[in-house]
Amino acid sequence: MPKLPAPPLPAALQPKPKRPGTGNGKVGPLDQAAEAGITVVDWIDERTSLSGGLRWMMFRKVPKGTNWFYTLGSAAMFAFLSQAVTGVFLAMFYDPSPTRAYESIRYITNEAFLGEFVRGMHKWGSTVMVILVFLHMGRTFFFGAYKYPRELNWVIGVVLLILTMTMSFTGYLLPFDQRSYWATIVGVNINGTGPLIGPYLSDFLRAGPEFGATTLSRFYAIHMLLVPGLIAAMLGAHLYLVAKLGTTAPPWIKAEAEAEPTLTETEV
Amino acid sequence: MVPGAVPADKHQQKSPYTAGRGMPGAFEGETVTRRRLMTGGVHGLGIAATAAFALPALGFALGPVFERTKFAWQPIGSLADFNEETYVPRVITIVAGIGEAGKSTAYVRLRNPAIDTEPEDEFNKVIAISTRCNHLGCPVRFTQAAGKFICPCHGGVYDFRGLREGGPPVRPLDRFYTRIVGRQVQIGPRYSVNSQLRRFSPRDPGEPLDGIGQYLYPARFSTPKAPPKN
Repeated sequence: MPKLPAPPLPAALQPKPKRPGTGNGKVGPLDQAAEAGITVVDWIDERTSLSGGLRWMMFRKVPKGTNWFYTLGSAAMFAFLSQAVTGVFLAMFYDPSPTRAYESIRYITNEAFLGEFVRGMHKWGSTVMVILVFLHMGRTFFFGAYKYPRELNWVIGVVLLILTMTMSFTGYLLPFDQRSYWATIVGVNINGTGPLIGPYLSDFLRAGPEFGATTLSRFYAIHMLLVPGLIAAMLGAHLYLVAKLGTTAPPWIKAEAEAEPTLTETEV
Repeated sequence: MVPGAVPADKHQQKSPYTAGRGMPGAFEGETVTRRRLMTGGVHGLGIAATAAFALPALGFALGPVFERTKFAWQPIGSLADFNEETYVPRVITIVAGIGEAGKSTAYVRLRNPAIDTEPEDEFNKVIAISTRCNHLGCPVRFTQAAGKFICPCHGGVYDFRGLREGGPPVRPLDRFYTRIVGRQVQIGPRYSVNSQLRRFSPRDPGEPLDGIGQYLYPARFSTPKAPPKN
């Protein structure tokens, strides 16, 4: 394996190599700490064999030409993680009852410590996530990365897109102000225009023929329990297939002569 | 072949009996192997255990689709409060107990035989028009100067009787059953109408009722029953 170049430090600051014959027998606290860390990791690895799986996931061969566009999927995933974390903490203050929801949101925004910031991250982060998901989808499409053998991963990606849209739709109602209320009324009615099944789907979404007492808590449960669980599961399948099948080269990279290896090992 | 004798290659045997296939410890007349019975039994138990919690949970979530909503007649004023010429707005409760979100407005006037051509009965002596636009459900407003209902969201326009005049709505404005008890006017459940003002059980906005529409958007189980005719 090639050695990494030394950082460009002045000679006085560069670590001095140990002289042969010194340092034997004497164990400093730093060595002990390093040894303890290794022992703990070894203890876990001996019982789980996690390191093999981690190496399989993290150290993959990626094709020549891999570029910044390939980070859009990870970016979308981090947007989801940010939504999940901020969402959990918003849930500690939020009250999904039609008479108190708006007041609890007002409390988060105006009074809770860092409430405006955390709520802002969740609110704007949802838009960021939708944009990143679409950019990631565009990258996959224009690079032809949906073709054999990755069709199933495209299908899973479409399911993730729909779930992301469901999150946006159900989350929009939760502030329960005039805008979110009427936008949800309109959204549910658009859903109801589907022939034959639409009217019953609307009843399912509203828990009745009118926007009622449990509509808000129903949207809240879908928003914070049902869909995030599905997204996490689908995300796992999506990542597994990425690791299993590898990534594609950009379309402008031509196949090279057989003698030259086209793959370089890189940490992703 | 002697019964119970093990053949040369036991996998080649087609006998329906485990004894005939040379199974060790086979019972006489036994056809299902114990391994097969265990596999089937465990799968069956697993399905039963999953169904035991999944089906009630699913029913719980789907229940409101099949549950008929109750309604109560609400007083909205005395007969003298209303007239034939113009509408008087009245705030009514659609869903009780959820504050502002459960309230809606109805525009109310007395039936005017000169313009109301639909057949008269006990429920339309007073005409109560719902403000829910039948494009996508925004609240319409009655504009006195124009004598029309206008929707702020996407520009739907309805005439004085609530019939669609322009814009995206797919049917006239919904109405409410009304009745007169003594001198008091009461308002009941909602009903939808097609462009001939024929009554249908309440549909959601965006669902046409003319022609094939009434079959594409069937009545739901959850809407209140129409009041009985006396």
